[in-house]
Amino acid sequence: MQEVIKKRAIELLSDGTVTRVLGWKKGEFAYDVTPAVFETAEEIERDFVYDDFTAANVSKYLMKETAKAEGKVLAFLKPCDTYSFNQLVTEHKINREKTYLIGIPCEGKADVNKIKAAGAEGIVGIRAEGDNFVVETLYGDVTAAKKDVMAERCLSCKSKKHTAYDELIGEDGEVIPDCGRFDLVEKLEGMTSAERFEFWRGELSRCIRCNACRNVCPACTCEQCVFDNPNSGIAQKAAADTFEEKMFHIIRAYHVAGRCTDCGECSRVCPEQIPLHLLNRKFIKDMNELYGEYQAGEEEGVVSPLTSYTFDDCEPGVVHERGAE
Amino acid sequence: MSVNEKKDFTPTIVAFCCNWCSYAGADLSGTNRLQYPANVKIIRVPCSCRVNPMFILRAFQRGADGVIICGCHPGDCHYTTGNYYARRRMTMLFSMLDFLGIERNRTRLEWVSAAEGAKFAATMNDFVSQITELGPNRRLEDLRCRK
Repeated sequence: MQEVIKKRAIELLSDGTVTRVLGWKKGEFAYDVTPAVFETAEEIERDFVYDDFTAANVSKYLMKETAKAEGKVLAFLKPCDTYSFNQLVTEHKINREKTYLIGIPCEGKADVNKIKAAGAEGIVGIRAEGDNFVVETLYGDVTAAKKDVMAERCLSCKSKKHTAYDELIGEDGEVIPDCGRFDLVEKLEGMTSAERFEFWRGELSRCIRCNACRNVCPACTCEQCVFDNPNSGIAQKAAADTFEEKMFHIIRAYHVAGRCTDCGECSRVCPEQIPLHLLNRKFIKDMNELYGEYQAGEEEGVVSPLTSYTFDDCEPGVVHERGAE
Repeated sequence: MSVNEKKDFTPTIVAFCCNWCSYAGADLSGTNRLQYPANVKIIRVPCSCRVNPMFILRAFQRGADGVIICGCHPGDCHYTTGNYYARRRMTMLFSMLDFLGIERNRTRLEWVSAAEGAKFAATMNDFVSQITELGPNRRLEDLRCRK
């Protein structure tokens, strides 16, 4: 797959269709593959990476790239990235005219934390073989079942369908309606209020306010962020063992409600492995239940439930009558 | 918590009232000499949809024990549609607070018209007794904001 992508990128770059290529390159280790912009065929030949660690959603980078005056940008998007792309086009954050999109297939990405927990050290590469990931390490190959070491967001992947593209590499997939992405949310909803509070206190008290979840989020696109206000009195970094950052997470999730495409980047980048996507999924689930099925980014130009209304919406009291106290 | 302790607890309640209906309703309950507890702090807003969900979180963060939002009845908004947006926003916020394990019933949304002075007083009396029952807000308070 990597060689096919590289070849096509070099072709489009040399025939002048695009002037830049947005892709990924290897970081310090094989598993910290980072988004990068390539301008020459040599750079692509040398640095371009696409493997089972290449999980980053590059849609957000297109905001900055398409704002530049010169030329088109080529971007490779996985199915979930195309949702974010559509949402950003809907919000007029990306200039569609200046992009050339190639949809690439995705069979689910590996979660390096799970791989490390499975005993792999000195990781130098990864390849997929059937239902397994084979992790190449300095000390030999480690084989792990995909279902054990795949990222949580990929295990409950909502769609293999590209919602925006100019051309495709490989076959387009389908939306997966019974992906079970709300299972964990439902489990939490079934708990009592005190249990839920304890669960979230356990999770959110690990937050160090590094702001990675905000910075990576393709829905967080404000030029000035509410959290960057030094006068708020709560802008400093949090102590890592207290539960003071709960407000940050409520506000962060609320600000992207109705615009979140459920790409799961927030949970992927969290250095403390807090399942932040559960907050976003709760909003998605609620909006589906109360205001009709809606997934941000599925189609370009659709109005979100929170910027519209109907005369006979439910009253807020209904949320207090659901499930356990 | 024993019964005696509960008696000592006087909750702080923040009420966001829309200028055109609920604030006038509060005024009417005053001119009608209807009693409602003094620990309800009314904040006048131009419309219920002026209430940013962050205002509510901010109130809780700074130690409010309950927050109630009052607006015009659906269909009666001075700006035609504001309260319809407010209704969806507040539904989402209340649901999220519930999901995080914040006690239910600390938040409420109520439609009170300018003619409903009696409803305003009754609603506030009911809400204050409900919050007194729940006890102080600990789960959303932020110690950094304590003065």
